[in-house]
Amino acid sequence: MGKNKKIKTEAEIKYDKKVKEVSPGSPIVKDCAKAFFFGGLICLIGEMLFNLYKSLGVSEKNCAAGVSVTLIVITAALTGIGVFDKIAKHAGAGTVVPITGFANSVAAPAIEFATEGHITGTAVKMFSIAGPVIVYGSAAASLYGLIYYCFCRG
Amino acid sequence: MKKRVIDLITMPVIVGAAGVVGKTEGEGPLSQHFDYIFTNDGMGESTWESAEKALCKKAMDIAIVKSGLTPSDIEIAFGGDLVNQCTPSAFGMKDFNIPFAGLFGACSTFALGLALAALTVDRNIYDYAAAEASSHFCSAEKQFRMPLEYGSQRPPTAQRTVSGAGTCILGNAFEGVCVKKVMIGKICDRGVTDATNFGAVMAPAAVDTAAAFLQETNTSPSDYGMILTGDLGKVGSELMTQLLKEEYSIDISGVQADCGNLIFDAAAQDVHCGGSGCGCSASVVASYIRKQILNGETDNVLFIGTGALMSPLSALQGDTVPGIAHAVLLSKKG
Repeated sequence: MGKNKKIKTEAEIKYDKKVKEVSPGSPIVKDCAKAFFFGGLICLIGEMLFNLYKSLGVSEKNCAAGVSVTLIVITAALTGIGVFDKIAKHAGAGTVVPITGFANSVAAPAIEFATEGHITGTAVKMFSIAGPVIVYGSAAASLYGLIYYCFCRG
Repeated sequence: MKKRVIDLITMPVIVGAAGVVGKTEGEGPLSQHFDYIFTNDGMGESTWESAEKALCKKAMDIAIVKSGLTPSDIEIAFGGDLVNQCTPSAFGMKDFNIPFAGLFGACSTFALGLALAALTVDRNIYDYAAAEASSHFCSAEKQFRMPLEYGSQRPPTAQRTVSGAGTCILGNAFEGVCVKKVMIGKICDRGVTDATNFGAVMAPAAVDTAAAFLQETNTSPSDYGMILTGDLGKVGSELMTQLLKEEYSIDISGVQADCGNLIFDAAAQDVHCGGSGCGCSASVVASYIRKQILNGETDNVLFIGTGALMSPLSALQGDTVPGIAHAVLLSKKG
């Protein structure tokens, strides 16, 4: 959060309470059920792809990579033709959490900002959503690797 | 205390007006009242910002034709939108060759423009002055939220930015819909940081403006055919009614209306809490409301344009979202 964040006054907290009373809440049970269904469905597709590649004689390690790549390509294509956001509207966390969410978060700004040029638009803005995941993901991985190197090797 | 409500002496008349909208708005309940409905969101342009420019241009074009004037008769245009540095308005107005004053009042821009245009005509600075404002769902999403194709869920308090534009050209005339009084609003901040609940952000500003207007003019809600807010949506309208009752003992429930609630059928069109954006109140007031007053369906409409004064920058830096509301009293003359 930004540097200008302040502690709320009593009147502000009171107004927040009022706002909460009037504002409709998210349908959490429905949202969770849908997320569970769509998330599970994506995992099922992943599992089916895995078995398919395996039956074609691909090694297990390459199968795992192949499944990820296939899901990324499908997501990017669905994002491109404007279908993914319509599914995600219902699926919520069900499409955000699997690798589909990451692929969509890269493809969507890449398309949106193409009007501002392939370099200054697409390339610059492409990681505007996924960037933090990459930055902090890499940082966490490095830290974990360091701990592993120091204490667990052998 | 200084007076905040300005009484207009000549009461400038809307001599030409137009409200134009995009496809979704054109499928809403006010469909038959708009002057032009675009059939696709791109408006035949290659970028969303240019699409909004097309909205702005179309509204101005039709308003000029309807007024019977030529662009050179109009001495000033006040206008704005939500995109960086008022891009669509600047590019939309460029070819008209009308002196242009760009405004930013977020979604209250149209009310602000209308107030300024009316003032300049009333005080004999100009013979004809125009007010315009526009917004586009896609350019606003890109500016303030996520890329269009990004898959996310909107909270139930969210409002849909209206793709639309409205223009009113004001001049001195004996009959028509006129502007009787105007009042510029104060910035109100009750510490709301949730940028997906604009109703909550703007309601306190609408309350402040409405209460000050009613107190200063010594009138009650029943003196008005409608107290019409810009785009408070469902949550904001409810908050406004409650706050006015609790803090000022004013009951507006019988005359309250909101452009954001009027423009969409919230349940059928999946727009959650209604419409928002500069183009929301601009298109609704310039077409539907103006016609309602003209046909005698209602009179004395206290139009309170509401705006959330946030930028992507202030949101990221953790600032609160302050609101503002400007009032314009519209009624029938002649």
